Amino acid sequence: MQGYIYPNEFELQWSLLIVLYPYITGLVAGAFILASLERVFNVKEVQPTYRLSLLTALAFLLVATLPLLAHLGHPERSYEIFMTPNRKSAMAMFGFVYAWYLMVVLLVEIWFNYRKDMVQWYRESTGIRRWFYYALALGATDTSEKALQFDDRWGRWITIIGIPSAFLLHGYVGFIFGSIKANPWWSSVLMPVVFLFSAIVSGIALVLLLYMLTTMFRWRKIDMACLDKLGQFLFYALVVDFSLESLDFLHRLYESEESIEILSQMIESRLFISLIILQVLMGTVIPLVLLALTSPGLRKGGFLRIAPELKQLIYLTCAVLIQIGIFSIRWNVVIGGQLFSKSLRGLTVYKVELLGIEGLAMTIGLLFLPFVILWVLVKILPPWTDGEPSTASQAAA
Amino acid sequence: MIEADNQATPNQDASPSRDVDRREFLNEMLAACGTAAPVLFGMVRVPLQDDQYDAAEHYYGMGIDVNKCIGCGRCVQACTIENDVPEEPHFTNTWVERYIITSDGEVVVDSPDAGMHGFPRTETEAGIFKTFFVPKLCNHCEEAPCVQVCPVGATFTTQDGVVLVDEGYCIGCRYCIQACPYGARYLHPEKHVAGKCTFCYHRLVEGLVPACVEVCPTQARLFGEVEGRPTPLDQFMRFNSVQVLKGHLNTKPKVYYANLDGEVR
Repeated sequence: MQGYIYPNEFELQWSLLIVLYPYITGLVAGAFILASLERVFNVKEVQPTYRLSLLTALAFLLVATLPLLAHLGHPERSYEIFMTPNRKSAMAMFGFVYAWYLMVVLLVEIWFNYRKDMVQWYRESTGIRRWFYYALALGATDTSEKALQFDDRWGRWITIIGIPSAFLLHGYVGFIFGSIKANPWWSSVLMPVVFLFSAIVSGIALVLLLYMLTTMFRWRKIDMACLDKLGQFLFYALVVDFSLESLDFLHRLYESEESIEILSQMIESRLFISLIILQVLMGTVIPLVLLALTSPGLRKGGFLRIAPELKQLIYLTCAVLIQIGIFSIRWNVVIGGQLFSKSLRGLTVYKVELLGIEGLAMTIGLLFLPFVILWVLVKILPPWTDGEPSTASQAAA
Repeated sequence: MIEADNQATPNQDASPSRDVDRREFLNEMLAACGTAAPVLFGMVRVPLQDDQYDAAEHYYGMGIDVNKCIGCGRCVQACTIENDVPEEPHFTNTWVERYIITSDGEVVVDSPDAGMHGFPRTETEAGIFKTFFVPKLCNHCEEAPCVQVCPVGATFTTQDGVVLVDEGYCIGCRYCIQACPYGARYLHPEKHVAGKCTFCYHRLVEGLVPACVEVCPTQARLFGEVEGRPTPLDQFMRFNSVQVLKGHLNTKPKVYYANLDGEVR
């Protein structure tokens, strides 16, 4: 502790779990927006990642509420957000935005996209497996040309609705922080937009990472055109994200409101590693330079003509660095916003506990859980387009 | 005018319990139901007794004269006892800040144990330019951001202008604590719900003033109606130029300060 903080500020209110929450929802929104690139904007190169993106979004969305729930003082009362929401509260809308996104957008889109395959799997399988896929297809086994066209048309419409919904989901998370006028670190009209673009960056980087790893572990050849396209979009999203962050920073610096002094102190002391080193340098500047040189973002084929294997390694490095950077952004927003006193006269500290319901172990567990869910989802609904040996249908096709 | 009124409640029937046989009891019950039914169905309005509390008739605020506060911390002690505020030193409904402005312009603020046990001797090498105490508490804002953000409506403003928390309803999300610009809220470590100053609402309905006001030896804290009633607060507002904390946030606080220094945030 340094300087003066109000007596009630000794305890930090929102811990590591609340850092996890915007990080996870960001991945959901970003992965979905990537999926919609293929579907709505006809970016054919990223087609191999389309289904993987959708399943990734679903896996992370299923976990998104858990850190919130674990953090509540009375989790058993959480249903009250649905039953008696305070319509003036930004947070009260979360339940509805979440439910809308899960029920109306993601599940429906996945269903329309997979229905034909589910019917096929139902017809090929026997026993419980057969009925499992029948149930997943909701008994709709019509695979006539007309029915498939119907699927395609509606899948497309859902994606079109899905894009603003994904914007809503994560922009809204930004609004939860940005609308708190009591907190000068959070209170910014740019917050939802910054959240959104960092979400897109993190989503693309995650799917890129997953695509590379899953392809490598299935001993398939990585589709370089797809990877280049992902690298290109990642570069663009990162440029916009970094510009917005810089604008926010410059704006604060130029306005120099009464909070500027304590915020500068906080950045120099408490957030130096997580903001300057991890977020800006490692999470943004290095990937930006690497992607500018190697991805087709600025020049077709990239400035550096390098072997595909090296390029893959660079993309992989960028994706990992970006994940670290985005997690740091969430940390800097959530924890940073609580490290200075609202008296603007002092700084406090946050010590992460190792065990316990809001500890590091729990956070790692919750971060790992979506990957387990994704693994299960991939087993049930294989997203691969490059032929799976066990899938006779695709071999036949 | 609100004043400490410790008059005994109307006399209870002091006679020993009578033996009532079943028939008599049922008769009385029936008669009672017959009388109560129109009331229950809202047909008859029960006239208020003289001593019965009507929230619609009040709108409360507090006045604090910074010049009168001596930093004794009795208000914090009284509040802690009266409201059963958790033992941990870092949670408090009200606290007293000491400002020391040194000769070279440095501002040092402290509030050890929320000011509950007074303040240690000032030691500064630069020499003291001026020093003063500022009692703080929930401002019971008219446009309370904590009420706005509560996702389930567990935090609410009463008709008489007091911001309260429904402990049986709060989900403990802590959004209200984040939204309060004054640091007036905390999460109760045992109840796991938001805790805060209630203006001693349980005392208000009895016609008493909040505990902190009652015990203040210098009358640095005053309590009463915000508008149009001849209460101590009305007089305080009339004869002082008053300010509120963080007025630029437009939360419309109802704790008014007289002789407030610009350094106070």
